[in-house]
Amino acid sequence: MGLFAVLPIAFCLMLAVATSAPPLGGLRRYAGVVASAVILVSGLALVVAVLDGQTPTAVGGQLRVDALSAFMLTVVGSVGLTATWGGLQPRTGPDATASYQALVALFLGAMSLAVLADNIGVLWVAIEATTIATAFLVGYHRSRRSLEAAWKYVVLASVGVAIALLGIVLLYAATRSAGSPTLSWSQLDADRPPLDPSLVRVAAALAILGFATKAGLAPMHSWLPDAHSQAPAPVSGLMSGVLLSVAFYAILRVQAIAGPVIGPALMRGMLVTAGLLSLAVAAALTIRQRDLKRMLAYSSIEHMGLLALAAAAGGVLALSAALLHVLGHGLAKSSTFVVSGRILATEGTTSTTQIRGLLTRRPGVAAPFLVGMVALLGLPPFSLFFSEVAIVIAGVERGLTWVMAVAVVLMLVIFAGLARHTFAVMFGQRTAPGRGEAAEPADRRAHGPWIPLAVALGVTALIGFAAGPFSTILTDAAAVLGANQ
Amino acid sequence: MSDSLYAQLVGLSGGVLLLSAVLIVWRRSISAEVRLLAVQGGALAGLVTVLGVNEGSTELLVVAGLVLTLKVVVLPGLLSRAVARHGASLHEETPLINTTTSLIALSLLTMLAFLVSRPLLVLGDDPAIAAVPIGIALVLYGFLVLATRRHAFSQLIGFLVLDNGIGTVAFLTAGGIPLVVELGASLDLLLVVLILQVLTARIRSEFGDADLDDLTELRD
Repeated sequence: MGLFAVLPIAFCLMLAVATSAPPLGGLRRYAGVVASAVILVSGLALVVAVLDGQTPTAVGGQLRVDALSAFMLTVVGSVGLTATWGGLQPRTGPDATASYQALVALFLGAMSLAVLADNIGVLWVAIEATTIATAFLVGYHRSRRSLEAAWKYVVLASVGVAIALLGIVLLYAATRSAGSPTLSWSQLDADRPPLDPSLVRVAAALAILGFATKAGLAPMHSWLPDAHSQAPAPVSGLMSGVLLSVAFYAILRVQAIAGPVIGPALMRGMLVTAGLLSLAVAAALTIRQRDLKRMLAYSSIEHMGLLALAAAAGGVLALSAALLHVLGHGLAKSSTFVVSGRILATEGTTSTTQIRGLLTRRPGVAAPFLVGMVALLGLPPFSLFFSEVAIVIAGVERGLTWVMAVAVVLMLVIFAGLARHTFAVMFGQRTAPGRGEAAEPADRRAHGPWIPLAVALGVTALIGFAAGPFSTILTDAAAVLGANQ
Repeated sequence: MSDSLYAQLVGLSGGVLLLSAVLIVWRRSISAEVRLLAVQGGALAGLVTVLGVNEGSTELLVVAGLVLTLKVVVLPGLLSRAVARHGASLHEETPLINTTTSLIALSLLTMLAFLVSRPLLVLGDDPAIAAVPIGIALVLYGFLVLATRRHAFSQLIGFLVLDNGIGTVAFLTAGGIPLVVELGASLDLLLVVLILQVLTARIRSEFGDADLDDLTELRD
């Protein structure tokens, strides 16, 4: 089974090289789709293996797949497939360049490495590599705004993860002075070397701070709305839907390593602060947001804040709900971002003040967006409803009653903001239809592949009810983290 | 190597690291800052060499060569080429705080560095551990430059000072990090600098010099 751990990474690297080969021609546009499909298949195979009780390893133990890694790889694959397949340009449009496809493949490969590595140093390198791969993707349009967004993104994300590196260095120093220098969490978990608590406390605080920057948690979120709104739609979908969650995964790993040494208090304090601040920032800025893509970006900050609160609560219920939330949010967010690209292509703008009555004028584009927004708003039957309720309940159970009360109020404010903008765009009346526009027939075309969106949103709707193996992998993955909390 | 020589050499390279960082904050001319950055990289490579010889570790000596190549030759070379393309007299025109204030801030940050390094002193009473506050101070100086300078190149230099600080802490506390991580981190750093350089070139070629000083188009 170790093969399936190497495959996604090796395949993405090969694909990134191969896209530069000229003979590929028209096939090049499918590079991201093929890479995501390979990742998804490997992820599912590894989930089956993990459920079977195995822990596949590869490359001399550098890659190690536990339930959490297998689940995260599946999320990377499924969200990647939604974003890249859904984001395929119609053949008439301009083809994406070879470098675009190569960078997308590298980006997917780096995220796979991040979730499969059994070493927090390699995890760090992989997360930094995602910044490198996405830098030019954010600045792809080469407009004034997209270059500025790319600049801010690279500087802030690199500085953030540099802080995380400082934390990792100190953790390594702690293991070295305890007699077994290692950055592998399986080894740390097995040996339990007597780490110095005061050192680990500094290390964990720095590492969480650094990875939180990359996860878009407030107050280090300022790059996120710019980068996610300026990138091409499929890239926004990937960054918002899954890259943030991969950074959040790093926070969970740090927490699992440091928790047994220093107890939960410090990290819980940090995560509660970051979580509530993120919700507050999202609440304050969604209300008066004027751009659909920026609105979606702030919604991502909201959902990351909620995940931070789940990590603060800890325990199997909160963590398995958080992982379900990662999947549901990833699928819904990548779908809505992809559709926002189609809205931009057909309407020529993503301004929430200019687009009106989209559902009657262009039902083929508007319907998937509306369904995706309903999912992101956390309404049943979508899985985000169940995971949000479970996170709040778990938080209350574990003594975060007041925190959760504040969180629920903020989430209601965000709900109102998102719902208001979505409603206006979908059902709002156009002022002054004149000059013959009113006679325009409804445009029922989807303006891109509709199957990935239907599947992604369908899965989001159904997975909350799925019992059996699916809930087993979630609780297994939570147990990897929560065994000692 | 005798103990006192070792302690002196660690102190010397630490001193050069700190001094070059102070001078970077003091100077406004970007080409001078790039030269100081090369000096700082050299001091870091020297520090790694001293530690490597003291521990008799060939791996550390290899890493010292890597640090020397990257931080003395490659990165300053890239930066000075980019600066030359902008004309020789590139200056940080509008820092958010003036030089006097930033030097006072430096002294406060140095004290802060000693304060926050206290938990690290549990690692032993080796001269290397005693020098850890220098690394933390470099990290804080890097932050100061990033937060108070607006020109794109100045921010890049701040980022590199910050990275040198992290490197210093890593080598002093843990004798570096595992080689695979070290290689990955160096490659990442190189690529980040290359990317930022390409981005500045694009911003400049499409929108002119002034924009590098004023990245404020996107806001809520």
